[in-house]
Amino acid sequence: MLHYLIKRTLILLATLIVASLVVFVTIEVVPGDPASYMLGLNAQEDTVAALRAELGLDKSRVARYFSWVGGLVTGDFGTSYTYRTPVADMVADRMWVSLPLAIYALLLSTLIAFPAGVYAASRRGGTTDTVVMALTQLGVAIPNFWFAMLLVLLFAINLGWFSAGGFPGWDAGVFQALKSLTLPAIALALPQASILTRVMRSSLLDVLNEDYMRTARAKGLTRRQALWKHALRNAMVPVLTIIGLQFSFLLAGAIIIENVFYLPGLGRLIFQSIASRDLIVVESVVMLLVLAVVLVTFLVDLAYAWVDPRLRGAR
Amino acid sequence: MKTINISRALVLALFVAGSAHAAKTDVTLGMQLEPPNLDPTGGAAAAIDEVVYANIFEGLTRFGPDGSVMPALAKTWTISEDGLTYTFELQEGVTFHDNSTFDADDVKFSIDRAMAEDSTNAQKQLFANIESVENVDGAAVIKLKTADGNLLFNLAWGDAVMVAPESVETLATAPIGTGPFIFKNWVQGSQIELEKNPAYWGEEIALEKATFKFISEPTAAFAAMMAGDLDAFPNYPAPENLAQLEADPRFAVVLGSTEGETILSTNNKQPPLDNVLVRQAIAHAIDRSAIIEGAMYGYGTPIGSHFAPHNPAYVDLTGNSAYDPEKSKALLKEAGMEDGFTTTLKLPPPAYARRGGEIIAAQLRAVGISVEISNLEWAQWLEQVFKGKDFGLTIVSHTEPMDIGIYAKPDYYFQYDNPTLQGLMVDYNAETDTAKRTEILQQAQKIISEDYVNGYLFQLAKTGVASSKLKGLWENSPTQANDLTGVYWED
Repeated sequence: MLHYLIKRTLILLATLIVASLVVFVTIEVVPGDPASYMLGLNAQEDTVAALRAELGLDKSRVARYFSWVGGLVTGDFGTSYTYRTPVADMVADRMWVSLPLAIYALLLSTLIAFPAGVYAASRRGGTTDTVVMALTQLGVAIPNFWFAMLLVLLFAINLGWFSAGGFPGWDAGVFQALKSLTLPAIALALPQASILTRVMRSSLLDVLNEDYMRTARAKGLTRRQALWKHALRNAMVPVLTIIGLQFSFLLAGAIIIENVFYLPGLGRLIFQSIASRDLIVVESVVMLLVLAVVLVTFLVDLAYAWVDPRLRGAR
Repeated sequence: MKTINISRALVLALFVAGSAHAAKTDVTLGMQLEPPNLDPTGGAAAAIDEVVYANIFEGLTRFGPDGSVMPALAKTWTISEDGLTYTFELQEGVTFHDNSTFDADDVKFSIDRAMAEDSTNAQKQLFANIESVENVDGAAVIKLKTADGNLLFNLAWGDAVMVAPESVETLATAPIGTGPFIFKNWVQGSQIELEKNPAYWGEEIALEKATFKFISEPTAAFAAMMAGDLDAFPNYPAPENLAQLEADPRFAVVLGSTEGETILSTNNKQPPLDNVLVRQAIAHAIDRSAIIEGAMYGYGTPIGSHFAPHNPAYVDLTGNSAYDPEKSKALLKEAGMEDGFTTTLKLPPPAYARRGGEIIAAQLRAVGISVEISNLEWAQWLEQVFKGKDFGLTIVSHTEPMDIGIYAKPDYYFQYDNPTLQGLMVDYNAETDTAKRTEILQQAQKIISEDYVNGYLFQLAKTGVASSKLKGLWENSPTQANDLTGVYWED
């Protein structure tokens, strides 16, 4: 187990170093000068030069890479060119929206997918199974932004139960904050739940056909007991993989939903920063997301080892 | 049964909303872009002025709703005989939001800072003709290098507002001005809140609180209006559903004009576009009404030169470039281009450019000019087109007020070099007589129209949506601002 842990940790570090280089180079290579963007069409040459100097953009790329990475290691993410506030503060603010939203959506999708998947698998070929399969097919096919607009139309415009978007902040109270995240979380959760249900079902069905399941039934367990005691745990590996991937996706990939509901999340921050060439923000936030994805993958790897003891020694 | 419930809920919601409006003293406005920071003296983003202009910061002069220049922190002024010295008498009892007093030393500080060598003022050229600023017995005295009829106009810009030396370091995130609203809070990515300034020197305002919410997605803007989350969206981004909002008694749609001349900018140094016949051919190939209809859902006024139709000095020159594809083909033949040619059309992100670009490409194709379209982000556009001058055609709205002067800069991105016009603009700047200034402006409009420097398309419209009970918002947009000083709720 220790060997496995060390190996995973080294892979994690190597991934981060490579990622920092790739992120920096890709973002620096794209044309567009942040200072000219900020100063607009009428700015004079000397004004742009003065701003470039003020932002530290007149230094070489190599020097800027090392000062950036050096800052990241010590927890200093730099200061945004356009907002003139520390990137760390901005990210922290946005995290308080993106992270709860991702967790909320993941909880919803898991709460839907587990019972639906297990139920469909245990009633394979029956009416319930067919209905669940048809619904998940629909759930995977519907684009989430379109579904989001339908939710707004019904719950915000027609019924007036929710506001059409925005985030009042956690200062406004937990209930208000969660309420404003509810429609976005549902919109995000629907396709995820559909995928997860299908994975859960097929993974369970594979396991149910195994010899040891027949043995379990033969030694006197009921269908239900066999399912809970032996099948579920063995069916979890692919399900955990999907949950891990989904969490990373929900954290960074909610840009469209954040735009539909105008939530001040991480996705929108990246989006705005790319448009305004706020390089330091893009670099630091993307790097943080890489870190998050790599960490989640790392945790999922550990979870595999937990559900499947064979993986502990072998790799 | 269900529909009955919904309509009952709607009626109830309307009733509640209606009665709440009676005593309302706060307003929530939607804006499409979030300001990057709140320092109008350190960046060009229009969104900065849309929050702070006239609300948080004030200058010596200011723009009124019709674009005229009015006194603000300067009560009155006198101009010396030679036109070189302006003496501004300042308003009394003015304090900044941090309670420090405003005086002529602050005027000197603010203008010196904007003119300084290391200044990062995006409109530094506004101050180029200022020799010095002094505090003379409490009055602010500005000395000019040469006589300049533009000074009062220039000082009205958001980039020329008055700031205090004590708070200048933190203007970007915690702006301190002299205006009727105090900056209260900024939830980045979401909203900015302003509060009434109880110590304001000027006329008392009706609002206690103002919130700007940032909604970039046009469909989300529509939903937010419909759900009642916003009281107004002064620059409403989705013209496609204005008709639906107009039909709704809860809302009033306000159409006005802006200072945005939307043009098909042409690289005057790139062959064959350096040939005036070719540029004229392009002008006659363009059907402006189809562009306004197709790209702007009918909102916009055709222009025939680089000048705003609502300005008193405007001359209608749209006839010079009337839609006439046959004439266009004849002109191409005359220029030796009867087989047509290929050029580039680089489009920045706004809808007028992206949608308009497709239509223009089709219209040019009809006369034999083929166009390669590429879509650029603003930063790339600035780098390639504006700085690099690597383009044939582009579409952009020039939103600065009274910016015909850009045609007198030969190194400006469309590279029009005409000494006659350059001389004319020098005369204009030195002239202080209004009638003569108007005459010069009209002459300049004609010259650039007849030289077909760019394809002149339309004046960008301001399409605002507001609750029908909210009054006092600007109809037009003489400068980019949401001046809330005159805004109030009816009964």
